[in-house]
Amino acid sequence: MKFIDEFRDPHLARALVESIRQRTHGRLRLMEFCGGHTHAILRFGIRALLPPSLEMLSGPGCPVCVTSSADLDHAMAMAHIRGVILATFGDMIRVPGSRGSLQKARADGADIRIVYSPMDAVKLAEKNVSRPVIFLGVGFETTAPGVAASILQARQQGIKNYFVFSLHKMTPPATKAILDGGEVDISGILGPGHVTTVIGTDAWRFLSEKYNVPMAVAGFEPLDILRGISMLVDQINEGHARVDNAYPRGVLPQGNRTALAIMNEVFEACDAEWRGLGVLRESGMRIRDTYAAFDASKAFRVTLTPSYDPPGCRCGDVLRGILSPPDCSLFRQTCSPENPIGPCMVSPEGACVAYYQFGEKRVDD
Amino acid sequence: MCLAVPVLIQNIEGTHGVVELGGAQRTISLMLTPEAKVGNYVLVHAGFAIGIVDEEEARETLGLLEQMAAFYDGDDKVNLP
Repeated sequence: MKFIDEFRDPHLARALVESIRQRTHGRLRLMEFCGGHTHAILRFGIRALLPPSLEMLSGPGCPVCVTSSADLDHAMAMAHIRGVILATFGDMIRVPGSRGSLQKARADGADIRIVYSPMDAVKLAEKNVSRPVIFLGVGFETTAPGVAASILQARQQGIKNYFVFSLHKMTPPATKAILDGGEVDISGILGPGHVTTVIGTDAWRFLSEKYNVPMAVAGFEPLDILRGISMLVDQINEGHARVDNAYPRGVLPQGNRTALAIMNEVFEACDAEWRGLGVLRESGMRIRDTYAAFDASKAFRVTLTPSYDPPGCRCGDVLRGILSPPDCSLFRQTCSPENPIGPCMVSPEGACVAYYQFGEKRVDD
Repeated sequence: MCLAVPVLIQNIEGTHGVVELGGAQRTISLMLTPEAKVGNYVLVHAGFAIGIVDEEEARETLGLLEQMAAFYDGDDKVNLP
Protein backbone atom coordinates (compact mmCIF):
# COMPACT_ATOMS: atom_id res chain seq x y z
CA MET A 1 0.00 0.00 0.00
CA LYS A 2 1.37 3.40 -0.99
CA PHE A 3 -1.59 5.39 0.40
CA ILE A 4 -2.37 7.21 -2.85
CA ASP A 5 -3.95 5.00 -5.53
CA GLU A 6 -5.94 3.00 -2.96
CA PHE A 7 -7.68 6.23 -2.00
CA ARG A 8 -8.59 6.99 -5.62
CA ASP A 9 -10.51 3.76 -6.21
CA PRO A 10 -13.49 4.59 -8.50
CA HIS A 11 -15.58 1.68 -7.19
CA LEU A 12 -15.39 2.93 -3.61
CA ALA A 13 -15.83 6.55 -4.73
CA ARG A 14 -19.04 5.56 -6.52
CA ALA A 15 -20.47 4.08 -3.32
CA LEU A 16 -19.62 7.21 -1.33
CA VAL A 17 -21.17 9.44 -3.99
CA GLU A 18 -24.34 7.36 -4.02
CA SER A 19 -24.53 7.43 -0.25
CA ILE A 20 -24.08 11.24 -0.20
CA ARG A 21 -26.74 11.66 -2.90
CA GLN A 22 -29.26 9.53 -1.05
CA ARG A 23 -28.76 11.28 2.26
CA THR A 24 -28.57 14.92 1.15
CA HIS A 25 -31.89 16.61 1.95
CA GLY A 26 -32.42 20.28 1.18
CA ARG A 27 -29.79 22.86 0.47
CA LEU A 28 -26.39 22.39 2.10
CA ARG A 29 -23.41 24.71 1.93
CA LEU A 30 -20.14 23.18 2.98
CA MET A 31 -16.95 25.19 3.16
CA GLU A 32 -13.66 23.52 2.35
CA PHE A 33 -11.24 25.55 4.43
CA CYS A 34 -8.17 24.44 2.54
CA GLY A 35 -7.07 25.53 -0.93
CA GLY A 36 -5.63 22.05 -1.43
CA HIS A 37 -9.17 20.68 -1.06
CA THR A 38 -10.53 23.23 -3.55
CA HIS A 39 -8.01 22.01 -6.11
CA ALA A 40 -8.61 18.32 -5.47
CA ILE A 41 -12.41 18.78 -5.58
CA LEU A 42 -12.22 20.44 -9.01
CA ARG A 43 -9.31 18.40 -10.37
CA PHE A 44 -10.91 15.04 -9.59
CA GLY A 45 -14.33 16.21 -10.75
CA ILE A 46 -15.87 15.69 -7.30
CA ARG A 47 -17.95 18.87 -7.50
CA ALA A 48 -19.70 17.54 -10.57
CA LEU A 49 -20.70 14.33 -8.76
CA LEU A 50 -22.32 15.98 -5.77
CA PRO A 51 -26.07 16.58 -5.66
CA PRO A 52 -27.00 20.03 -7.06
CA SER A 53 -28.33 21.13 -3.66
CA LEU A 54 -24.95 20.50 -2.03
CA GLU A 55 -22.74 23.50 -2.61
CA MET A 56 -19.01 23.59 -1.88
CA LEU A 57 -17.55 27.00 -0.99
CA SER A 58 -13.84 27.66 -0.94
CA GLY A 59 -12.41 29.22 2.19
CA PRO A 60 -9.36 31.19 3.32
CA GLY A 61 -6.99 28.20 3.46
CA CYS A 62 -4.32 29.38 1.07
CA PRO A 63 -1.41 30.94 2.98
CA VAL A 64 -0.06 32.68 -0.11
CA CYS A 65 -3.47 34.19 -0.90
CA VAL A 66 -4.14 35.52 2.60
CA THR A 67 -0.75 37.25 2.88
CA SER A 68 -1.52 40.96 2.87
CA SER A 69 -0.14 43.42 0.33
CA ALA A 70 1.60 45.26 3.21
CA ASP A 71 3.46 42.09 4.26
CA LEU A 72 4.40 41.34 0.65
CA ASP A 73 5.72 44.88 0.24
CA HIS A 74 7.70 44.45 3.46
CA ALA A 75 9.27 41.23 2.12
CA MET A 76 10.13 42.95 -1.15
CA ALA A 77 11.76 45.84 0.69
CA MET A 78 13.89 43.31 2.59
CA ALA A 79 14.88 41.60 -0.66
CA HIS A 80 16.27 44.92 -1.89
CA ILE A 81 18.59 45.43 1.10
CA ARG A 82 22.16 45.36 -0.19
CA GLY A 83 23.80 41.96 0.23
CA VAL A 84 20.64 40.13 1.32
CA ILE A 85 19.65 36.78 -0.14
CA LEU A 86 15.90 36.27 0.19
CA ALA A 87 14.90 32.60 0.20
CA THR A 88 11.28 31.70 -0.46
CA PHE A 89 8.97 28.87 -1.42
CA GLY A 90 8.25 29.00 -5.14
CA ASP A 91 4.55 29.75 -4.53
CA MET A 92 5.35 33.29 -3.41
CA ILE A 93 7.45 34.44 -6.32
CA ARG A 94 4.70 35.73 -8.62
CA VAL A 95 2.26 37.05 -6.02
CA PRO A 96 1.57 40.72 -6.72
CA GLY A 97 2.13 43.24 -3.92
CA SER A 98 1.42 46.96 -4.24
CA ARG A 99 4.41 47.50 -6.52
CA GLY A 100 5.07 44.26 -8.35
CA SER A 101 6.08 40.79 -7.24
CA LEU A 102 9.23 39.14 -5.94
CA GLN A 103 9.80 38.08 -9.54
CA LYS A 104 9.93 41.75 -10.51
CA ALA A 105 12.20 42.49 -7.55
CA ARG A 106 14.51 39.75 -8.84
CA ALA A 107 14.46 41.29 -12.33
CA ASP A 108 15.37 44.60 -10.66
CA GLY A 109 18.49 43.00 -9.18
CA ALA A 110 17.40 41.52 -5.84
CA ASP A 111 18.94 38.12 -5.03
CA ILE A 112 15.91 35.88 -4.53
CA ARG A 113 16.28 32.10 -4.34
CA ILE A 114 13.53 29.50 -4.46
CA VAL A 115 13.94 26.73 -1.91
CA TYR A 116 11.99 23.53 -1.32
CA SER A 117 12.58 23.49 2.43
CA PRO A 118 13.58 26.04 5.09
CA MET A 119 16.53 23.70 5.73
CA ASP A 120 17.77 24.59 2.23
CA ALA A 121 17.76 28.23 3.31
CA VAL A 122 19.89 27.32 6.36
CA LYS A 123 22.35 25.63 3.96
CA LEU A 124 22.38 28.78 1.81
CA ALA A 125 23.37 30.75 4.91
CA GLU A 126 26.13 28.24 5.65
CA LYS A 127 27.53 28.64 2.13
CA ASN A 128 27.26 32.45 2.09
CA VAL A 129 28.67 33.37 5.49
CA SER A 130 29.24 37.03 4.61
CA ARG A 131 25.65 37.59 3.47
CA PRO A 132 22.40 37.62 5.41
CA VAL A 133 19.93 34.99 4.24
CA ILE A 134 16.31 35.84 5.02
CA PHE A 135 13.77 33.03 4.71
CA LEU A 136 10.27 34.24 3.92
CA GLY A 137 8.16 32.25 6.36
CA VAL A 138 4.72 31.86 4.84
CA GLY A 139 2.38 29.04 5.76
CA PHE A 140 -0.04 27.65 8.32
CA GLU A 141 0.58 25.19 11.14
CA THR A 142 1.63 22.58 8.57
CA THR A 143 4.67 24.66 7.63
CA ALA A 144 5.53 26.64 10.77
CA PRO A 145 7.02 23.71 12.77
CA GLY A 146 9.58 23.07 10.01
CA VAL A 147 10.50 26.74 9.90
CA ALA A 148 10.83 26.71 13.71
CA ALA A 149 13.05 23.62 13.40
CA SER A 150 15.25 25.46 10.88
CA ILE A 151 15.85 28.20 13.47
CA LEU A 152 16.74 25.60 16.13
CA GLN A 153 19.09 23.97 13.63
CA ALA A 154 20.77 27.30 12.75
CA ARG A 155 21.24 28.06 16.44
CA GLN A 156 22.70 24.63 17.11
CA GLN A 157 25.17 25.06 14.24
CA GLY A 158 26.09 28.58 15.38
CA ILE A 159 24.91 30.11 12.11
CA LYS A 160 24.61 33.86 12.59
CA ASN A 161 23.48 34.98 9.13
CA TYR A 162 20.16 33.07 8.96
CA PHE A 163 16.95 35.03 9.55
CA VAL A 164 13.25 34.33 9.20
CA PHE A 165 10.63 36.90 8.29
CA SER A 166 7.65 35.17 9.88
CA LEU A 167 4.28 35.71 8.25
CA HIS A 168 2.98 32.39 9.57
CA LYS A 169 -0.67 32.20 10.44
CA MET A 170 -3.00 29.97 12.43
CA THR A 171 -6.10 28.45 10.89
CA PRO A 172 -8.62 28.31 13.79
CA PRO A 173 -8.76 32.14 14.20
CA ALA A 174 -9.53 32.57 10.48
CA THR A 175 -12.30 29.98 10.71
CA LYS A 176 -13.74 31.82 13.72
CA ALA A 177 -13.56 35.12 11.81
CA ILE A 178 -15.55 33.67 8.90
CA LEU A 179 -18.24 32.35 11.26
CA ASP A 180 -18.31 35.54 13.35
CA GLY A 181 -18.58 37.61 10.15
CA GLY A 182 -21.87 35.87 9.39
CA GLU A 183 -21.67 36.73 5.68
CA VAL A 184 -22.10 33.12 4.61
CA ASP A 185 -24.46 30.51 5.91
CA ILE A 186 -22.28 27.44 6.43
CA SER A 187 -23.81 24.02 7.17
CA GLY A 188 -20.48 22.35 7.82
CA ILE A 189 -16.74 22.66 7.35
CA LEU A 190 -14.40 20.25 5.61
CA GLY A 191 -11.34 20.55 7.85
CA PRO A 192 -7.77 20.89 6.59
CA GLY A 193 -6.00 17.51 6.70
CA HIS A 194 -2.35 18.42 7.03
CA VAL A 195 -2.86 21.43 9.29
CA THR A 196 -4.72 19.02 11.58
CA THR A 197 -1.90 16.43 11.34
CA VAL A 198 -0.01 19.04 13.37
CA ILE A 199 -2.70 20.68 15.56
CA GLY A 200 -4.98 17.64 16.04
CA THR A 201 -8.76 17.34 15.80
CA ASP A 202 -9.13 18.53 19.42
CA ALA A 203 -8.05 22.01 18.27
CA TRP A 204 -11.31 22.23 16.27
CA ARG A 205 -13.69 21.29 19.07
CA PHE A 206 -14.68 24.94 19.54
CA LEU A 207 -16.59 24.68 16.24
CA SER A 208 -19.17 22.29 17.61
CA GLU A 209 -19.03 23.55 21.20
CA LYS A 210 -19.30 27.29 20.52
CA TYR A 211 -20.74 27.54 17.02
CA ASN A 212 -22.66 24.28 16.65
CA VAL A 213 -21.01 23.82 13.24
CA PRO A 214 -20.12 20.29 12.08
CA MET A 215 -16.56 19.61 10.94
CA ALA A 216 -14.96 16.61 9.25
CA VAL A 217 -11.20 16.70 8.82
CA ALA A 218 -10.23 15.19 5.48
CA GLY A 219 -7.17 14.14 3.51
CA PHE A 220 -6.62 15.13 -0.09
CA GLU A 221 -7.38 12.02 -2.13
CA PRO A 222 -10.87 11.68 -3.64
CA LEU A 223 -12.02 9.02 -1.15
CA ASP A 224 -10.80 11.16 1.75
CA ILE A 225 -12.74 14.19 0.55
CA LEU A 226 -15.91 12.21 -0.25
CA ARG A 227 -15.75 10.50 3.13
CA GLY A 228 -15.39 13.90 4.81
CA ILE A 229 -18.43 15.22 2.94
CA SER A 230 -20.35 12.05 3.79
CA MET A 231 -19.53 12.51 7.50
CA LEU A 232 -20.71 16.13 7.35
CA VAL A 233 -23.99 15.07 5.74
CA ASP A 234 -24.43 12.51 8.55
CA GLN A 235 -23.83 15.12 11.25
CA ILE A 236 -26.28 17.52 9.61
CA ASN A 237 -28.94 14.81 9.32
CA GLU A 238 -28.44 13.80 12.95
CA GLY A 239 -28.63 17.45 14.01
CA HIS A 240 -25.52 16.94 16.10
CA ALA A 241 -22.35 18.92 15.44
CA ARG A 242 -19.01 17.34 16.30
CA VAL A 243 -15.50 17.00 14.87
CA ASP A 244 -15.21 13.86 12.76
CA ASN A 245 -11.94 12.51 11.45
CA ALA A 246 -12.10 11.28 7.85
CA TYR A 247 -8.31 11.08 7.73
CA PRO A 248 -7.39 8.86 10.67
CA ARG A 249 -4.29 7.48 8.91
CA GLY A 250 -2.74 10.96 9.06
CA VAL A 251 -4.51 12.80 11.88
CA LEU A 252 -4.70 12.17 15.63
CA PRO A 253 -6.92 13.91 18.20
CA GLN A 254 -3.88 15.47 19.89
CA GLY A 255 -1.96 16.19 16.67
CA ASN A 256 1.81 15.95 16.44
CA ARG A 257 3.04 16.90 19.91
CA THR A 258 6.71 17.15 18.89
CA ALA A 259 5.88 19.51 16.02
CA LEU A 260 3.64 21.62 18.28
CA ALA A 261 6.34 21.81 20.97
CA ILE A 262 8.97 22.96 18.44
CA MET A 263 6.55 25.48 16.92
CA ASN A 264 5.65 26.88 20.35
CA GLU A 265 9.29 26.95 21.45
CA VAL A 266 10.16 29.39 18.64
CA PHE A 267 6.91 31.21 17.85
CA GLU A 268 4.27 33.00 19.90
CA ALA A 269 0.86 34.27 18.88
CA CYS A 270 0.52 37.83 17.58
CA ASP A 271 -2.10 39.84 15.72
CA ALA A 272 -1.84 39.43 11.96
CA GLU A 273 -3.40 40.91 8.88
CA TRP A 274 -5.19 38.55 6.51
CA ARG A 275 -6.19 39.54 3.02
CA GLY A 276 -9.97 39.65 2.99
CA LEU A 277 -10.36 39.21 6.73
CA GLY A 278 -8.39 42.17 8.10
CA VAL A 279 -6.37 42.07 11.31
CA LEU A 280 -7.26 39.02 13.41
CA ARG A 281 -6.25 38.85 17.06
CA GLU A 282 -3.62 36.29 17.94
CA SER A 283 -3.80 34.67 14.50
CA GLY A 284 -0.17 35.17 13.49
CA MET A 285 3.09 33.66 14.70
CA ARG A 286 6.02 35.88 15.59
CA ILE A 287 9.45 34.78 16.72
CA ARG A 288 9.84 34.80 20.51
CA ASP A 289 12.39 37.16 22.08
CA THR A 290 14.59 34.17 22.97
CA TYR A 291 15.20 33.72 19.25
CA ALA A 292 15.22 37.44 18.36
CA ALA A 293 18.67 37.05 16.75
CA PHE A 294 16.96 35.11 13.95
CA ASP A 295 14.06 37.52 13.53
CA ALA A 296 14.41 39.40 10.23
CA SER A 297 11.75 41.94 11.25
CA LYS A 298 13.99 42.98 14.17
CA ALA A 299 17.35 42.69 12.42
CA PHE A 300 16.42 44.64 9.31
CA ARG A 301 14.50 47.89 9.44
CA VAL A 302 13.08 49.03 6.15
CA THR A 303 11.10 52.11 5.16
CA LEU A 304 7.61 51.15 4.14
CA THR A 305 5.26 53.18 1.99
CA PRO A 306 1.48 52.73 2.04
CA SER A 307 0.27 49.48 0.51
CA TYR A 308 -2.82 48.84 -1.52
CA ASP A 309 -4.59 45.87 -3.05
CA PRO A 310 -4.78 45.48 -6.82
CA PRO A 311 -7.60 47.72 -8.15
CA GLY A 312 -10.78 45.76 -8.87
CA CYS A 313 -9.40 42.57 -7.31
CA ARG A 314 -11.94 40.65 -5.24
CA CYS A 315 -9.63 37.97 -3.82
CA GLY A 316 -10.71 39.08 -0.35
CA ASP A 317 -14.33 38.16 -1.13
CA VAL A 318 -13.24 34.82 -2.62
CA LEU A 319 -11.27 34.06 0.55
CA ARG A 320 -14.31 34.75 2.74
CA GLY A 321 -16.42 32.39 0.64
CA ILE A 322 -18.86 35.11 -0.46
CA LEU A 323 -17.75 35.19 -4.11
CA SER A 324 -17.20 32.23 -6.41
CA PRO A 325 -14.21 32.94 -8.69
CA PRO A 326 -16.18 32.74 -11.98
CA ASP A 327 -18.44 35.51 -10.63
CA CYS A 328 -15.54 37.97 -10.35
CA SER A 329 -15.65 40.46 -13.23
CA LEU A 330 -11.88 40.12 -13.76
CA PHE A 331 -11.97 36.28 -13.98
CA ARG A 332 -10.77 35.10 -17.41
CA GLN A 333 -11.15 38.69 -18.64
CA THR A 334 -8.10 40.53 -17.40
CA CYS A 335 -7.07 38.03 -14.72
CA SER A 336 -5.55 34.67 -15.65
CA PRO A 337 -2.68 32.49 -14.35
CA GLU A 338 -0.46 34.04 -17.05
CA ASN A 339 -1.40 37.60 -16.03
CA PRO A 340 -2.67 37.38 -12.47
CA ILE A 341 -4.21 40.47 -10.88
CA GLY A 342 -4.65 38.94 -7.42
CA PRO A 343 -2.99 36.17 -5.40
CA CYS A 344 -5.84 33.64 -5.74
CA MET A 345 -4.96 33.44 -9.45
CA VAL A 346 -1.27 32.83 -8.67
CA SER A 347 -0.92 30.29 -5.92
CA PRO A 348 -1.22 26.62 -6.87
CA GLU A 349 -3.80 26.48 -4.07
CA GLY A 350 -5.65 29.64 -5.08
CA ALA A 351 -9.36 29.11 -5.72
CA CYS A 352 -9.26 31.22 -8.90
CA VAL A 353 -6.48 29.08 -10.42
CA ALA A 354 -8.46 25.93 -9.60
CA TYR A 355 -11.61 27.24 -11.28
CA TYR A 356 -9.59 28.55 -14.22
CA GLN A 357 -7.81 25.23 -14.80
CA PHE A 358 -10.54 22.75 -14.06
CA GLY A 359 -13.70 24.66 -14.85
CA GLU A 360 -16.82 24.62 -12.77
CA LYS A 361 -19.35 22.64 -14.75
CA ARG A 362 -21.69 20.19 -13.10
CA VAL A 363 -22.70 16.89 -14.67
CA ASP A 364 -26.32 18.03 -14.37
CA ASP A 365 -25.68 21.30 -16.29
CA MET B 1 1.19 25.08 0.39
CA CYS B 2 -0.13 22.47 2.80
CA LEU B 3 0.55 19.64 0.39
CA ALA B 4 2.14 16.62 2.03
CA VAL B 5 2.89 13.32 0.33
CA PRO B 6 3.23 9.86 1.84
CA VAL B 7 6.74 8.46 1.31
CA LEU B 8 8.54 5.36 2.56
CA ILE B 9 11.54 5.80 4.85
CA GLN B 10 14.28 3.62 3.37
CA ASN B 11 17.04 4.57 5.73
CA ILE B 12 17.67 6.79 8.74
CA GLU B 13 20.87 8.75 9.36
CA GLY B 14 20.73 10.75 12.59
CA THR B 15 17.74 13.10 12.37
CA HIS B 16 17.41 12.53 8.62
CA GLY B 17 15.47 10.00 6.64
CA VAL B 18 16.30 8.81 3.14
CA VAL B 19 13.19 8.56 0.99
CA GLU B 20 12.25 8.23 -2.64
CA LEU B 21 10.36 11.30 -3.78
CA GLY B 22 9.34 11.90 -7.37
CA GLY B 23 11.64 9.13 -8.61
CA ALA B 24 14.72 10.55 -6.90
CA GLN B 25 16.34 9.75 -3.56
CA ARG B 26 16.01 12.64 -1.15
CA THR B 27 16.88 13.37 2.41
CA ILE B 28 14.14 14.67 4.66
CA SER B 29 14.26 15.90 8.25
CA LEU B 30 12.76 13.70 10.96
CA MET B 31 13.05 16.42 13.63
CA LEU B 32 9.25 16.62 13.89
CA THR B 33 8.72 12.84 13.94
CA PRO B 34 11.61 11.44 16.01
CA GLU B 35 9.70 8.18 16.54
CA ALA B 36 9.65 7.37 12.78
CA LYS B 37 11.32 4.09 11.81
CA VAL B 38 12.69 2.56 8.61
CA GLY B 39 9.71 1.02 6.78
CA ASN B 40 7.25 3.68 8.01
CA TYR B 41 5.43 5.89 5.55
CA VAL B 42 5.58 9.53 6.60
CA LEU B 43 3.75 12.62 5.33
CA VAL B 44 6.41 14.91 3.90
CA HIS B 45 5.88 18.65 3.68
CA ALA B 46 8.60 21.18 2.76
CA GLY B 47 11.40 18.73 3.55
CA PHE B 48 9.99 17.64 6.93
CA ALA B 49 8.08 14.55 7.95
CA ILE B 50 5.08 16.07 9.74
CA GLY B 51 3.36 12.79 10.65
CA ILE B 52 3.65 9.02 10.43
CA VAL B 53 1.03 7.29 8.30
CA ASP B 54 -0.99 4.82 10.38
CA GLU B 55 -1.26 1.77 8.11
CA GLU B 56 -3.79 0.04 10.33
CA GLU B 57 -6.12 3.06 10.20
CA ALA B 58 -5.69 3.19 6.42
CA ARG B 59 -6.74 -0.46 6.09
CA GLU B 60 -9.67 0.10 8.43
CA THR B 61 -10.89 3.08 6.37
CA LEU B 62 -10.67 1.09 3.14
CA GLY B 63 -12.44 -1.85 4.80
CA LEU B 64 -15.34 0.38 5.86
CA LEU B 65 -15.59 1.83 2.36
CA GLU B 66 -15.55 -1.66 0.83
CA GLN B 67 -18.47 -2.65 3.06
CA MET B 68 -20.32 0.44 1.89
CA ALA B 69 -19.52 -0.37 -1.74
CA ALA B 70 -20.80 -3.94 -1.28
CA PHE B 71 -24.07 -2.44 -0.05
CA TYR B 72 -24.39 -0.23 -3.13
CA ASP B 73 -23.15 -2.88 -5.60
CA GLY B 74 -25.45 -3.44 -8.51
CA ASP B 75 -26.62 0.13 -8.27
CA ASP B 76 -25.38 1.81 -11.44
CA LYS B 77 -27.04 5.19 -11.04
CA VAL B 78 -23.73 6.96 -10.55
CA ASN B 79 -21.45 7.28 -13.54
CA LEU B 80 -18.00 8.57 -12.85
CA PRO B 81 -16.36 10.54 -15.64
